[in-house]
Amino acid sequence: MEIKKFAVSSSPHLHSGATVRQAMILVMLALAPAALFAVFHFGMYVVAILLTGVLSAVLAEVAILHFLKKPLATVFDGSATLTGLLLAMNVPAGAPLWMVAIGSFLALAIGKHVFGGLGYNPFNPALVGRAILVASWPAHMTAWVGSGLMTSATPLALSRAGESLPPYSDLLFGFKAGSIGEVAVLLLFVGGVFLIYKKIIDWKIPFFYIGTVALMTWALPARGQVGYFAGDPLFHVLSGGLMFGAFFMATDWVTTPVTKLGRVIMGLGAGLITAVIRLYGGLPEGVTFAILIMNALTPLIDRYTMGRRFGVR
Amino acid sequence: MAKSFTGGIHPPYRKVATAVPIGFLSAPKILAIPLLQHIGKECHPLVAVGERVLMGQEIGGVGDSLAAPVHASVSGVVVAIEPRPHINGRLIKSIIIENDFLDEKHPSVVPRPQVDNLTREELVALIRAMGVVGMGGGGFPTYAKLQGKSAQKIDTVLLNGAECEPYLSADHRIMVEFPDEVIYGLRCLMKASGAGAGHIGVEENKPDALAAMRLAAAPYRDITVTSLAVKYPQGAELQLIHSCLGKDVPPGKLPFHVGVVVNNVHTAQAIARSMTTGMPSVERVITVGGECVTAPGNVWVRIGTTFADVLAERGLTCAPYKLISGGPLMGMTMYTPEVAVTKCTSGILALSRQESGTPVAGACVRCANCVDVCPMFLQPTTLAHYAMKGRTEEAEAIGALDCRECGPCAYVCPAGIPLVQWIRLVKSDIYARQTR
Repeated sequence: MEIKKFAVSSSPHLHSGATVRQAMILVMLALAPAALFAVFHFGMYVVAILLTGVLSAVLAEVAILHFLKKPLATVFDGSATLTGLLLAMNVPAGAPLWMVAIGSFLALAIGKHVFGGLGYNPFNPALVGRAILVASWPAHMTAWVGSGLMTSATPLALSRAGESLPPYSDLLFGFKAGSIGEVAVLLLFVGGVFLIYKKIIDWKIPFFYIGTVALMTWALPARGQVGYFAGDPLFHVLSGGLMFGAFFMATDWVTTPVTKLGRVIMGLGAGLITAVIRLYGGLPEGVTFAILIMNALTPLIDRYTMGRRFGVR
Repeated sequence: MAKSFTGGIHPPYRKVATAVPIGFLSAPKILAIPLLQHIGKECHPLVAVGERVLMGQEIGGVGDSLAAPVHASVSGVVVAIEPRPHINGRLIKSIIIENDFLDEKHPSVVPRPQVDNLTREELVALIRAMGVVGMGGGGFPTYAKLQGKSAQKIDTVLLNGAECEPYLSADHRIMVEFPDEVIYGLRCLMKASGAGAGHIGVEENKPDALAAMRLAAAPYRDITVTSLAVKYPQGAELQLIHSCLGKDVPPGKLPFHVGVVVNNVHTAQAIARSMTTGMPSVERVITVGGECVTAPGNVWVRIGTTFADVLAERGLTCAPYKLISGGPLMGMTMYTPEVAVTKCTSGILALSRQESGTPVAGACVRCANCVDVCPMFLQPTTLAHYAMKGRTEEAEAIGALDCRECGPCAYVCPAGIPLVQWIRLVKSDIYARQTR
């Protein structure tokens, strides 16, 4: 026989073909309807913001990898593209492009590469970028606009000020002021369910996250209000960045627990912090910091929720 | 409702020739019969170079240690006794026989008494003398499982007919073609172990095998046939016990701790064949598969036939990228086709690069897919991380030694990390530390 050489390797000798790139593309696909709605709702300027976010993220990835003398292969895994898209969807629709570019760069640099790159970052890079922007340019990051870039308060801010709120249908479909990516709540929900169906994300995190927020905002009186079990959970579920955060941020593979129980705790914890900030905090919205805090707790959660091994009672 | 376990994967079947009767591979001119075809001590040669041996003659002896004797699978002349490449990757002393193509039987090959007319001890001794080992791939001497240990009583003999590995369909055909032998072998195993119950688990994607086993088992009220969900690794010992019997073997323990002995259906069939004909374990059915094989299918092969002989007869359409002994998820890659078929070789796969390509490994993105599919409820990614960092004690503390290396973790990993390889490494480090 002719054959002389065979590849020798450890089993298994089959692979599912799943790749990181494939998962990143599916997440971007799931985000697409909400992004398209934002273009329709806010206007064409949103396209410029989204492109700026994505392009500066990819450029930042290339530059940083080059600077660190690392292989450029990870540029094509889609993770930088997704981080850029998430960051861009996290700013008001009238945000200046230079700020979006800086946010994307910092998300990649400080959110990801200082820790060693993809897989090693403790915090969600897009949220790190957003947090830095909120701290650095609070005016730009709270210059909320509604349809056609007209200045308008977000529903959560209106609620705080005790003013009249938009109807639930507007909250659900996205006809309101807010970050580019957060307004189309229904489309985000559909995209999230698609990711659960595709087994990219675990249903437990969004379920327990949104559930906890709903329960707490219903049961507890907000600051300045009296009476228990009189809140408006539906308003809180449909407002702000909860749907976006619960399905697309709190489910980030790298920065959330790997254990089944850990993912339940991730959802519960993020829900608890979000609700407390919304009800009693200095800011109207708490999704960003709730998820970042839970990111920080993830190694501990993983350690203490390892679970029962097979055959152990 | 088909029974199952938690975790696991659904790899492509790639099983061919499941409806084609088992063929026969011609016995080659030269056979290399390894003196180690089981877990335990290597046999010592009982014949000398130049001596004529007969089919069924014991040529590798065992003494009192844990081992299964080795028999000549043809009649002919011993032309050499020398180390040859072995499926375990090392060189193992083998008896090289030049076949005279007469298949002259050794006088010891005589039919044995009916199982009902033998005592438990006589049966165990016969199963040992026949050289029967676990034919699913484990290769543990079957007699040693039957004796049990300490005071633990064995109550159930469980036959593994899951055959969950892709490509392989030898057990499937055994169950379809020889159901009565499988049942007779099971009854021998039950009597030899003192078990009151027999159980056969078959994945439901083999309805013909399920029907055949149910029909053959019908006369025996103490034998149950269970339909199992199609999922890998349904046929892994611990998962099979869980699925069929609802019992979980604790970490570090063996099935007999929960009163169970697991054997492959082919092992049972081999016992029955040896009992009725007197011919010891000298041949078996293997699946020849993979894209590179011209005529894939199941064949009876004499023990000692080399992989090269098998592939020469079934034909190759392309140069294999990997040559595998066993299934694609737990089998071992061979570096040479000069290794011989042993009693525990369930398949020979000649895989193309396309069907067995190994992904390029990247960094773990903590997707937790490996955690979700691990049937032992471990954290493969964390174990691999500890392995990479040499954190052996921490790996042991989170259950590295529970890992059966079944492979779903590496199969699903989107980062292409060879998780099983890393866990093997850390396990060997743990064993090395324990023995130091």
